[in-house]
Amino acid sequence: MIYFILLLVIYIGIYAILSLSLNIVTGYTGLLSLCQAAFFGIGAYTSAILLTRTHINFWWILLLAGVVASLAGILIGLPTLRLKGDYLAIATLGFGEITRNVLLNWDSLTRGPLGISGIPAVKVFGFTLDPMQKVEYVVFVWFFVLVTYVVLNRIMKSRVGRALEAIREDEVAAFSMGINVTKYKMMAFGLSAFFGGIAGTLWTVYNQSVNPSSFDFLLSVMLLCMVVLGGMGNQLAVILGAVLIEVAGELPRLLGFSSIVPPQFKQILFGLILVVMMIYRPQGLIGRRVPKSRIVPRQSAPDSPTEVSP
Amino acid sequence: MVHLSAAELVQHLVNGLTLGAIYALIALGYTMVYGILKFINFAHGDILMVGTYAGLYAYTAIQGSAVGPWSIAVFFLAIVVAMAASGALGFIVERVAYRPLRRAPRLAPLLSAIGVSIILMNSAAFLFGTKSKDFPYPFDNAPMIVKGVAVTPHQIMILAVALVMMVSLKLFIDRSRLGKAMRATSLDMDVARLMGINVDSIISLTFVIGSALAAVAGVLIALEYTVYPTMGTMAGLKAFIAAVVGGIGSISGAMLGGILLGVLETFGVAVLGIPVGLKDTIAFSVLIIILLVKPSGLLGRSEREKV
Repeated sequence: MIYFILLLVIYIGIYAILSLSLNIVTGYTGLLSLCQAAFFGIGAYTSAILLTRTHINFWWILLLAGVVASLAGILIGLPTLRLKGDYLAIATLGFGEITRNVLLNWDSLTRGPLGISGIPAVKVFGFTLDPMQKVEYVVFVWFFVLVTYVVLNRIMKSRVGRALEAIREDEVAAFSMGINVTKYKMMAFGLSAFFGGIAGTLWTVYNQSVNPSSFDFLLSVMLLCMVVLGGMGNQLAVILGAVLIEVAGELPRLLGFSSIVPPQFKQILFGLILVVMMIYRPQGLIGRRVPKSRIVPRQSAPDSPTEVSP
Repeated sequence: MVHLSAAELVQHLVNGLTLGAIYALIALGYTMVYGILKFINFAHGDILMVGTYAGLYAYTAIQGSAVGPWSIAVFFLAIVVAMAASGALGFIVERVAYRPLRRAPRLAPLLSAIGVSIILMNSAAFLFGTKSKDFPYPFDNAPMIVKGVAVTPHQIMILAVALVMMVSLKLFIDRSRLGKAMRATSLDMDVARLMGINVDSIISLTFVIGSALAAVAGVLIALEYTVYPTMGTMAGLKAFIAAVVGGIGSISGAMLGGILLGVLETFGVAVLGIPVGLKDTIAFSVLIIILLVKPSGLLGRSEREKV
């Protein structure tokens, strides 16, 4: 039981990094991305391939996985980021499907539906990370959650972060203020994909195997749920969302009900969360801080971007 | 490139047209909703799936799996049942999950639609099981060979039904009073309301019609591809791409886009030698190309963004 809880804590950590990274694009920039699972998968596969075929130091592999994923993010961003919201969502969905298709069909590199297994354990600071030793692994993963949080927090409070938020609030206004909208959107995508790739490496190192079926559309939706439930554009809230969703999804197993509750329970719950949150609390459980310097209270126009107050 | 004889070319064209007719039927639902609400109904494919299950249960309850003298009539009855089920579901979904969000930021209805899609898919998996179910052919589906081209009765039926549906929809929208109201709502919702059009019921009607058309497509493909809880996902995606290619919001565009995408997919595999495993990639590449070259689609009006 304690093992299961530790496992849960590890997964929550990985999902927290993923939702933090999705939060850059969806929460801060206001673009709906449905391919976070693809970046995660690209990162996981990159590190799996490098770990099985080469003897590069783990930290380089971690960095490379992030860079490859972020190149993929820029690749998808180049043609699609000029698209408006709904189209972008579909294009990212398509990219996610293409990625999964490629992982499934590129037998010589990814071994197709079998996936890659037998990935050697990784040595970090003299410790060998054995998946059996869960406590060490918990520390390892949550260290990365902390790093991701701090790095993103700094970036989001900088000029870049302000530009991204300006794009979310009103793209046209941001553009006329001299913000290079396409460039910043691309940055958001690249950054988001980078941390997605890092999370992928952590996944590979922990599971010591990768399989294309782990990186499907439902994962992207689950991440979206975490961001929406916690509160778009608020990093701590997003981590809270990751905790709540993962615990809620595993609740039947935690309470020993897994034989009674059908396997679809988890997904139906995610769907309900999305619909109910959008209708009753679109800002999420916590929501983000909204500057209070508005002089005249404005009514939100039907098609203006996010305009919610906590 | 693979060299093909004339008969083979015609064969692929027939196959592509049938596939395209299916895409077109589904695409109509996306395009009609988008035309009015400027929003992608992500759950469209799953509404199709639920309707197809309804049609399947209706058919097997009355007819069983044997082919009888009345099986075609029963099949058409099953299509009507599927249309009713999907139509009703489309109506409910719009009421519950989309209407409260009509004045919300753009991201909200989109996320809500994804939620609905997941709920429908998994509820169906829970209720009907994840195993795919066969939809028995209501007739003997042996292909007829005409000058070296094999055409199955199923293909003929798809083309005929799709044609009838599309022509009636076009007539309904262009000629009837309700159709006129729909066009007005799509042009400008607020002014339409001022003109005395009940915009809410027009939107409901749009969802009902779109969902019912998707159900027809669902039952038609179910004969060949069986019925399963995730059947709507890929069909829905492809149809959405078809709608974008044709110009989203345009009825004729959806029809053209659907047919074009069906033909392209068939030819991509048969003529260009794209591996079948990557077949779905064709559609997404087409989407990205069309969005880059002509984002408003082939028949769409380009809209300037207003501040």
